[in-house]
Amino acid sequence: MSIPRLTDTTLRDGSHAISYSFTTEQVKEIVRGLDEAGVPVIEVSHGAGLNGSTIQQGFSKTPEFRLIKAAVETAKQAKIASLFVPGIGTSEQLREAVAIGIKAIRVAVHCTEADVTEQYIRLAKELDIEAVGFLMMSHTQPAEVLARQAKLMESYGADCVYVVDSAGALVPQDVRERVSALKDALSIDVGFHAHNNLGLAIGNTVAAIEAGADQVDGTVRALGAGAGNAPTEAIVATLNKMGIDTGISLAGLMDLSEEVVAPIMPGPIVIDRDNLASGYAGVYNSFLLHVKKAAEQFDLHPTDIMEELGKRQAIAGQEDWILDVALELVEKKKGIQSIK
Amino acid sequence: MSKVKVAILGSGNIGTDLMYKILKNDGSMELSLVAGIDPESEGLHRAREAGVGSSHEGIKDILADPDIKIVFDATSAKAHIQAAEQLREAGKMAIDLTPAAVGPYLVPPVNLNEHIEARNVNMVSCAGQATTPLVHAVSRVVPVHYAEMIATVASRAIGPGTRQNVDEFTRTTANSLVKVGGATTARAIPVFNPAEPPITMANTVYVAINEKDFDFDAIKKSINDITKDVSEYVPGYRLRTEPIIDYRDTPWGRLPVVVIMNEVEGAGDFFPKYAGNLDIMTASARKVGELYASHFLQKEEVQR
Repeated sequence: MSIPRLTDTTLRDGSHAISYSFTTEQVKEIVRGLDEAGVPVIEVSHGAGLNGSTIQQGFSKTPEFRLIKAAVETAKQAKIASLFVPGIGTSEQLREAVAIGIKAIRVAVHCTEADVTEQYIRLAKELDIEAVGFLMMSHTQPAEVLARQAKLMESYGADCVYVVDSAGALVPQDVRERVSALKDALSIDVGFHAHNNLGLAIGNTVAAIEAGADQVDGTVRALGAGAGNAPTEAIVATLNKMGIDTGISLAGLMDLSEEVVAPIMPGPIVIDRDNLASGYAGVYNSFLLHVKKAAEQFDLHPTDIMEELGKRQAIAGQEDWILDVALELVEKKKGIQSIK
Repeated sequence: MSKVKVAILGSGNIGTDLMYKILKNDGSMELSLVAGIDPESEGLHRAREAGVGSSHEGIKDILADPDIKIVFDATSAKAHIQAAEQLREAGKMAIDLTPAAVGPYLVPPVNLNEHIEARNVNMVSCAGQATTPLVHAVSRVVPVHYAEMIATVASRAIGPGTRQNVDEFTRTTANSLVKVGGATTARAIPVFNPAEPPITMANTVYVAINEKDFDFDAIKKSINDITKDVSEYVPGYRLRTEPIIDYRDTPWGRLPVVVIMNEVEGAGDFFPKYAGNLDIMTASARKVGELYASHFLQKEEVQR
């Protein structure tokens, strides 16, 4: 087995979990910890990618370019990357982030819409940075569809394509099939990004590596959207036990988790009812806090909202449907009460 | 009653759906020609079948007929920039369905009268046609600080042109929310959803208000009124639910946000019904053509 490259996305995926409230000080401290521990790639941006500050998602408390700048200035060896979702971000923000100093962009689309990434992957290569394709909600499509979509990204010039389990809905067998299909189809790197809704984030990451994944993602203390991700420190510990030496300092990451990241978190991330319901229904993880809010506002059960979103096949970026579903459930409830 | 001769340039899907809409609605326009470049294309075949004149020589036959007064351009931005010049020289009015935007944006219930003498108008984008009226409905009651719209469209209803240039779509649509809708700043975000069966076009518009006092009932009435105006020419245009006020944290503080949820079901003339995004483009273009045609006839009447 080759040594997978580790990308830490605490400062991107984790921003969902704390409602986009990272400060420049926190970014500097976390980047310093990761950089010194030897993590090679650190992703920093709004949770929804560059320019993600919207009413729909929530606004960054600190403008994200300031956070990215702080990360670029702090990192000594690590590459700073950002996420980019076409339609949320435009070429303008991609250019600006490159001017600040990011060295990689991860272009994320729903896993059937790869052709939308062409404009941006090509631009990234023109700007001479690394371009990674990110196939979100990979549980919704079979391996061969994902491989075809990944192939498109490769043809635009991507350096790597990720299988992204945005809903935390995949089991190890699914991950193996998908990563293997991409490995067979592509001549570039293949990556895997996990969420922990079913308690499988580390297990799935191991399955991906066994299937040949060249790159994997983690977040410190699992600080990511919804049920969180594979903890970066636990990935390193697991790889050490498997005899795969990433050269990353486990002790450094454990200290970072305990001393820097834990105090930022509103509470530990656990697989509670809402997170499990979300993964089980195949709902995008960043919906969690919005679903909780709507459930409270309209006196509904969060699980009911999650189930309906799953049925409607909502994808990334469709947080507006939460309100729509909530209002529909309220109407249904009224109907039932009037029958009673 | 006399009619104004019109032509459609471009025999692709948009041109074909527009053809059926013009034929279906008896008004001031007489569709005399559909012009494409491929004699074997489905669009030209359908034009012949419908008894409409057809040409596979592009704009040539349109320019050759002095009776054609209005031309719908359903080709591409690049092609329109050239056609716009030729049509202008030939004294023909152009209704541009491409993203070229040579002329001003036109959204029928909002600014048609401002541009009634224009010789070239642009139909913005599907999401622009769907959501600009809703932002305008709020801004005519209370100043709009920021407008944001999320357009969710079935993947199958999004053509390669839009897919290769999402930047252009977001920019054009946001511009329309500002220039025509009256917002101070705006964002437009598209989502392409591949769900099966395909979903009907759904738009959510967030309108942030930075005023202490505003009359929500007046805003609601204004939104309902404009929805009715649009539904007169796009029958499948409706609100999914009554507009609500939600308070959200923004860079300008915690502000009241009017949340408007809209859907657009197509008429099913040529496109499937879920493709409300395409339907609203052709239906709006037809509406604009109809108004220019009747304006033209009125002027002729006066001159006599």
